[in-house]
Amino acid sequence: MLANQIGYYSLILGLLLSVLLCGVSIKDINSSSKQINQNVLSLSFLQLVFVIVSFLSLILSFINSDFTNETVFNNSHTTKPLFYKISGAWGNHEGSLLLWLLVLTLFIFLFLVNSREQPKKYRILTLLFQQIIIIGFFLFVLMTSNPFNYLFPIPIEGLGLNPILQDPALAIHPPILYLGYVGTSIIFSSSLAAVTQKYVSKEWGQHVKKWVLVSWIFLTIGIMLGSIWAYYELGWGGFWFWDPVENVSLMPWLTLTALLHCIIVLEKRGDLTSWVVILSITTFTLSMCGTFLVRSGILNSVHTFANDPARGIFILIFLFFLIILSLGIFFLFHEENKKNSNNFFWLSKESSILINNWFMMYFLSVVLIGTVYPIFLDVISSEKISVGPPFYQKLIVPFLIPFLLFMSLGPRLKWIKSKIENRNSLIITFIISVILTFFIIKNLTTDILFYTILVSAALFLFFTTLKELFMKKFNNVSQTVAHFGFSLLILSILFNSILSSEIITNIKIGEKYSYSSGEIFFKKIEEKKESNFNSIIAYFEIKNENGKIVELSPEIRIYNQPAIITSEADIKTTLLEDKFLVMNLVKGNEYFNIRYQVKPFMVWIWISVLLLSLGGLMNLFKKRYEK
Amino acid sequence: MKNKFNLFTIIIFLSFCFIIFYKGLDNSNIYTPIINDKKDIPIFEAKDFNSNAYLKSEKIFDEDFFYIVNIWASWCVPCRTEHPLLMELSKNQSVKLIGLNYRDNLNNAKRFINEFGNPYSQIIIDSDGILSVEFGAYGVPETFIIDKKKKIIKKFTGPINKEIIEKIKLIIK
Repeated sequence: MLANQIGYYSLILGLLLSVLLCGVSIKDINSSSKQINQNVLSLSFLQLVFVIVSFLSLILSFINSDFTNETVFNNSHTTKPLFYKISGAWGNHEGSLLLWLLVLTLFIFLFLVNSREQPKKYRILTLLFQQIIIIGFFLFVLMTSNPFNYLFPIPIEGLGLNPILQDPALAIHPPILYLGYVGTSIIFSSSLAAVTQKYVSKEWGQHVKKWVLVSWIFLTIGIMLGSIWAYYELGWGGFWFWDPVENVSLMPWLTLTALLHCIIVLEKRGDLTSWVVILSITTFTLSMCGTFLVRSGILNSVHTFANDPARGIFILIFLFFLIILSLGIFFLFHEENKKNSNNFFWLSKESSILINNWFMMYFLSVVLIGTVYPIFLDVISSEKISVGPPFYQKLIVPFLIPFLLFMSLGPRLKWIKSKIENRNSLIITFIISVILTFFIIKNLTTDILFYTILVSAALFLFFTTLKELFMKKFNNVSQTVAHFGFSLLILSILFNSILSSEIITNIKIGEKYSYSSGEIFFKKIEEKKESNFNSIIAYFEIKNENGKIVELSPEIRIYNQPAIITSEADIKTTLLEDKFLVMNLVKGNEYFNIRYQVKPFMVWIWISVLLLSLGGLMNLFKKRYEK
Repeated sequence: MKNKFNLFTIIIFLSFCFIIFYKGLDNSNIYTPIINDKKDIPIFEAKDFNSNAYLKSEKIFDEDFFYIVNIWASWCVPCRTEHPLLMELSKNQSVKLIGLNYRDNLNNAKRFINEFGNPYSQIIIDSDGILSVEFGAYGVPETFIIDKKKKIIKKFTGPINKEIIEKIKLIIK
């Protein structure tokens, strides 16, 4: 009750502070002092505090199962474990928007604290642009999705959180993802400020790179957490489904990755200014666009919480307002550096980064078209189609080959003008990769030519980066680690998809099922009662060809509120492969439908993503940029 | 000059996108899974709600009608909102409604029917929820349309609304 009121009024106070902040900082912009008025900093801090208070009071309402709050009623239940009561706070539309606001205000405050040596006008303008976004979201929350709506008469019990969302990976997935996803807002604001101040320079590049890196690291890990969740909770055994929601998080990742590389050019050479600004704008626009696509209900997915057209229209108008504002500023103020504009020598670090950009833009357009094309088609011809994995695979996978080759060579080039050193050793490495790949692939697939080229390109990158890690003088470790991680990622994904095997069958208790390379034995089932679900646990023994026995016990959960049946897969992970078993009820009580999968190198997909982000992290904590 | 042209094309393009997205919002988003191969109704035996006698599935779906199977429960809040619409639908002569009472307390279910009315020509009890799973249900409420050849031709997850009622009427015409 009380928490509800506190939360609601803190939000209103937060909004008022935004307006106040804008007023104070505009007044401050023309004052003579070199530093920002201390009041601005305090006000920004105060705003952050109000949003935190509001967020905490929502969490408190969830913990207390306070059903006078509509959001709590719709998404919680008294029998839910405490951990999921708390994570339920951001597992819904209203709460997750509050999280948006929290990240927005947190980042602008951190920006103000960490940018004291930057020009004052630039800092104030960044604050102003960020406050425009913040005001937009405050209005959005208060007008269309208030998390503190009062409910009367007070319901005795809540409707419960969707059981598939009751999962530890998913509980931390939104906060981490949002730090990256919403964190791009600060890049957006500061690049707009830099453009108006004609401050897009080496110094600015150095300063904004931190923020790009922070967002990039969180976004990478956030996407991975979502993927892990999909892997063991959705029970299909895959980790990436090209679902619109996944695409929507992948698109800003692609532009952010391109931006990360451009920033390096800006930082070292003061060049590619247009790229940097456009990419900064695009990244945040894509984040907003993603929020629109997911939250308006225009697309269907696990993340579509509510289909309220008013919300959709609000975000849509706000999104286009931001796009027009940023493009207007870009066209009015931006001046390309005439002196050395994109006229790079063909064999140089700059050109290789430019090539990387174009690859990223290509991948981006594939994902973008695949995601929004069904919407366009539906509106124009009212034909309903869905774009599936084959579309993305056909268009993306072949282009990975040149991409991987450029990735192996590009980082070895020097600035301005370069030639490829150690040509012989590179050629030898390449030949070794091709031969090695051929012998590995030969027995595994029928499409030998294509896979040999693809895998050897990945293996080539793997070897070159590995060699660098061990032999060189560690002159650019962060980048090598990240690229090494990427090659490992591609390799694990490829081998995973080539080598995976699957068995689907119906089986009853006590029965044995033999297949070509082993045997599945259904031992017994047990029933168990938990506070918010009943579960049936089955015990299986799986014997492989060497007679080695693995025990797996998948589970069927029958949740009480809302009444949903979920299948929990049991996964045994080793360094070489994952064994994945999931079951479903069929035909009365007797038979169970089971799906047993062997997925090689699964764990390496997660490890390589971690390596990728580790590379980013190392760069972030590096004192000075190395040569 | 070139800059102005660029700006112009971008604005045209953006307005186009805006209109598309705006229109897209109006489209219905009711999730109706596409059933590619029309599924046969499962063969089962279930208890009758009123007489407690066991009924065979072929007995239930034995007439030359369109059937609608509606999965409901007295504890399910959305079922209450869709109930008046089912009552309205039951007046239609060319369709028979079969209620599938999902994991419910029989007394509560009877009270629910007495209070809100009975749209179903027959109600069967699915006390352990297995029958619903066999129909391919994800949760309650859920509605299946079965054609005269006794195939499931469409299903609606979640409570039905006026729009779905219109769709159903079109199908059973």
